[in-house]
Amino acid sequence: MKTLFDRSVAGRHCSILPPCDVDVQTPSETRQKALHLPELSETDISRHYTELAKQTFGVNDGFYPLGSCTMKYNPKINERAAALDGFANIHPTQDHAQGCLRLLHTAEQYLCEITGMNAMTFQPAAGAHGELTGLMLIKRYHEQNGHPERTKIIVPDSAHGTNPASSAMCGFTVVNIPSAEDGCVDLEKLREVCGEDTAGLMLTNPNTLGIFDRNIHEITEIVHAAGGLCYYDGANLNPVMGIVRPGDMGFDCIHLNLHKSFSTPHGGGGPGSGPVGCKAFLEPYLPGERIVEQDGAYAWQKRSEESIGAVRSFHGNFLVVVKAFTYLTTLGKQGVPEVAMNSVLNANYLKHKLEDTYELAHKGICMHEFVLTLEGLKKEIGVSAMDVAKALQDYGIHPPTMYFPLNVHEALMVEPTETESKETLDHVAEIFLDVWKKAHEDPEYLHGAPHHSPIKRPDEVKAARHPVLRIPLDD
Amino acid sequence: MGSYVPSTRSQQEEMLREAGFSSMEDLYRDIPDELKLKAPLNLPDGKSELETDRILKALAKENKEYLSIFRGAGAYRHYIPAIVQSVVNKEEFVTAYTPYQAEISQGVLQSIFEYQTMICELTGMDVANASVYDGAVAAAEAASMCRTPKKKKVYISAGVHPDTLQVVKTYCWAAQDEVVVLPLKDGKTDFSSVEAEGASCLILQQPNYLGIIEDARAAGECAHANGMTFVLSMDPFAMCLLPSPAEYGADIAIGEGQPLGMPLSYGGPYLGFMAATSKMMRKLPGRIVGETTDAEGNKAYVLTLQAREQHIRREKASSNICSNEALCAMTASVYLAAMGPDGMQEAARQCYSKSHYLAQQFERIGLKRMYEADFFQEFVTVCDNPQELLKKLDAKGILGGMPVEGGILWCVTEANTKEEIDALVKEVSA
Amino acid sequence: MKTPVELKYVKTHEWVRFTSDTECEVGLSDFAQDALGDLVFVNLPEVDAEAVKGETICDVESVKAVSDVYAPVSGTVTEINEELLDAPEKINEDPYGAWLFRLSDVHDTEDLVDAETYEKICAEEGN
Repeated sequence: MKTLFDRSVAGRHCSILPPCDVDVQTPSETRQKALHLPELSETDISRHYTELAKQTFGVNDGFYPLGSCTMKYNPKINERAAALDGFANIHPTQDHAQGCLRLLHTAEQYLCEITGMNAMTFQPAAGAHGELTGLMLIKRYHEQNGHPERTKIIVPDSAHGTNPASSAMCGFTVVNIPSAEDGCVDLEKLREVCGEDTAGLMLTNPNTLGIFDRNIHEITEIVHAAGGLCYYDGANLNPVMGIVRPGDMGFDCIHLNLHKSFSTPHGGGGPGSGPVGCKAFLEPYLPGERIVEQDGAYAWQKRSEESIGAVRSFHGNFLVVVKAFTYLTTLGKQGVPEVAMNSVLNANYLKHKLEDTYELAHKGICMHEFVLTLEGLKKEIGVSAMDVAKALQDYGIHPPTMYFPLNVHEALMVEPTETESKETLDHVAEIFLDVWKKAHEDPEYLHGAPHHSPIKRPDEVKAARHPVLRIPLDD
Repeated sequence: MGSYVPSTRSQQEEMLREAGFSSMEDLYRDIPDELKLKAPLNLPDGKSELETDRILKALAKENKEYLSIFRGAGAYRHYIPAIVQSVVNKEEFVTAYTPYQAEISQGVLQSIFEYQTMICELTGMDVANASVYDGAVAAAEAASMCRTPKKKKVYISAGVHPDTLQVVKTYCWAAQDEVVVLPLKDGKTDFSSVEAEGASCLILQQPNYLGIIEDARAAGECAHANGMTFVLSMDPFAMCLLPSPAEYGADIAIGEGQPLGMPLSYGGPYLGFMAATSKMMRKLPGRIVGETTDAEGNKAYVLTLQAREQHIRREKASSNICSNEALCAMTASVYLAAMGPDGMQEAARQCYSKSHYLAQQFERIGLKRMYEADFFQEFVTVCDNPQELLKKLDAKGILGGMPVEGGILWCVTEANTKEEIDALVKEVSA
Repeated sequence: MKTPVELKYVKTHEWVRFTSDTECEVGLSDFAQDALGDLVFVNLPEVDAEAVKGETICDVESVKAVSDVYAPVSGTVTEINEELLDAPEKINEDPYGAWLFRLSDVHDTEDLVDAETYEKICAEEGN
């Protein structure tokens, strides 16, 4: 594939700007280095990106069971709403923005109702950003209560890497605790590590194996009894929204991934949105300005003295919130639990179709996702989780999440989501079974997979040993 | 009621039966009953698409859309070519996840690689990452890149955007770094109080929040003389006309990428760009795309240098960033491709020329600039009662400048015509 | 798997080559490089850093993992093998030639074992 720079021809350009209609003035010191940007016609640009789009697999291209990422269909009405001039052309500091404020305020109410929280900030721009913000609330809480010595965050070993990384960025020490076999929290281990230095616990429920931890009340009570707070990572909220609420499980603060459960698209790696909700006692610490309503009019209110400050400019990824709000407006009180139930149904149905052939990391009911372990297959015939994942590409489906969670060997984590039909799941089950058969008939074929994609497996060792991170250009 | 669940009621029942469940509720039999919601959520009823469309349009109408905007202050209205929206609305790009599966994600990977190249070209730096959340977070992440056990003091100019200053303070509070704010003198940063002891970096914004062109080279020399890393946050248009961050001596160049094709959007999604010298390559946070070859020797792109990142290094990672602003980075790429080198430099010249034209017209009617120093596209005029003037302009459909201490911060870009500027001056003098 | 007899080892898979009574070179064993797979980068310690026996002194990266390198003895880092920064593959190709760093003022040597003992440790781990 040619790059934009390969297509560049000196002197070619689009005609975007009119000539300057005032006298041209120049600053005293100017840029000396030539500015190398591609010189292209609009046709060149259009065709280039059409070509790139053909080599990109999105939810619209097919089944996308990327575990823990909740790759559900992204409704088009959400996109159109966010593109309305009355949202897109509004300056973040202008006074007349009642529509924006009403939307943010209502979205806050909806999401607080779904999660059992009392207040929420939309400043965080992604899940990890939300984690950091939530941990900052915990840090501030302990500071304000005269307990700066509470510096330890407990994180299960099955947690996503952002949990420990966010804790470290927040100046906490991470205490990793091993999970029980089903990925659930080992209560004894938790009791052992809880103490006077405990700042809090970070947890997803359902956990990364797709299992709902039924001891959740006891877990949050143990942490609270030790003086710590409980943080809920909302990455896995989809299967339980409208069924149970993190607030009722005993969590004090949470983040949500609007780009997962709330149907906003992921854009090949963002923009997302990771709003952070909390119980009333943490509200004064929330970052950014808060919206207050008086007689049907909304206004931004300066943050409190105790606030952690700000984690992003202005009010966060506003247009992403518009999309999630549109989605919630469509679903309403009936639609939210319907999403949850069907995500669990689809996961259990697909799991049922595969469990006689593939080995499950954990047997029993799953929530929105289940984890396969290919350790046996690898030992037996040398076919790895990677080989199976790559082979799936040749059938036109996106592979599941590979090698996560870390406490399962040769893991494939499958999350079908509720927006896939029975026909799709039946077809996908056949594909998985066919790959299994091929693996036994011709392991070599799988080692070489994918066979029909634009490129074969890339050499990641070469990329990391001798990094080439930009197109080289001559001066 | 709206729904995106495709399976019919009878299909759902069939699936439940086959998987061994008696009902939907039965799927949740592992969850203790006392945890379950006893009543439906307190949300409105679901809506059809038509109803939803009406609700959203009504909300959008409650906002005031200005045809004439003379405000920047961290969010800039530039003209956005039609090709930009057309490209970034392609479903493949919109609905893809982070490109973990390189074989079926070459398109998005190549687009990031091209973006990294263009950011390097604009800034003059050696390497760039695939983006962070916004310009303010880019500054906080840059400070984090410079932290060592012995260097835990960040110098930051009081002239950075107020949100940037606050975000850096918040991140540094969490990481237990000290933040020292360097005051402004006649609108420019005063470095005279800088001390080398324990200092990690110096963060400067060019042009600063008040629009003034800082002595960035002197700032860089001061930083280096005191053993600090020089972090320069710079407007992407300013880089095309003024010296580039590399020419100013920056070790890390960052900034807010919103001006590169992103609408104002009430503050987001925006784009934080980050670039650095090759010496600091492995300290960059977030995703980075590299070029390599595939099993048959063809050119291929992959996410690389991943051992820096949270999913591998966990609590030892210097950043937790995972999702970034990929589609905004693509927006910037398409924008830069459509503008080309001449278009970018022309736009930058127009921002400079038109804002100076406005300043001169204001001067003619007695509206004095607060500072003498030269500026790029924004400047402050002295004004005792900004709210009164802004209200008057608002009534004429003009979004006037941003109120700042003792005055108003005005902004003019290539998107403002001379006619519009003259009309503004007339209203102000009326 | 090679385990040269003239070297000393520790159970965390670093080797030590004494160049005098109080000076040594430290590297990663053949067993270690094989287990780690293709190495793509080495984060070397800083010169003058204090190595404390049993504590992390630097780390090595493969594509999908980071592994800590532990100081096999205590001492002061006098030199680092900068060649490895551009060619980490040398650790895979020649583990006993590719020293990571040199130490002076070496002490706390009690964890060191000889080649024969080390081979036994590896055999146990391999099972």
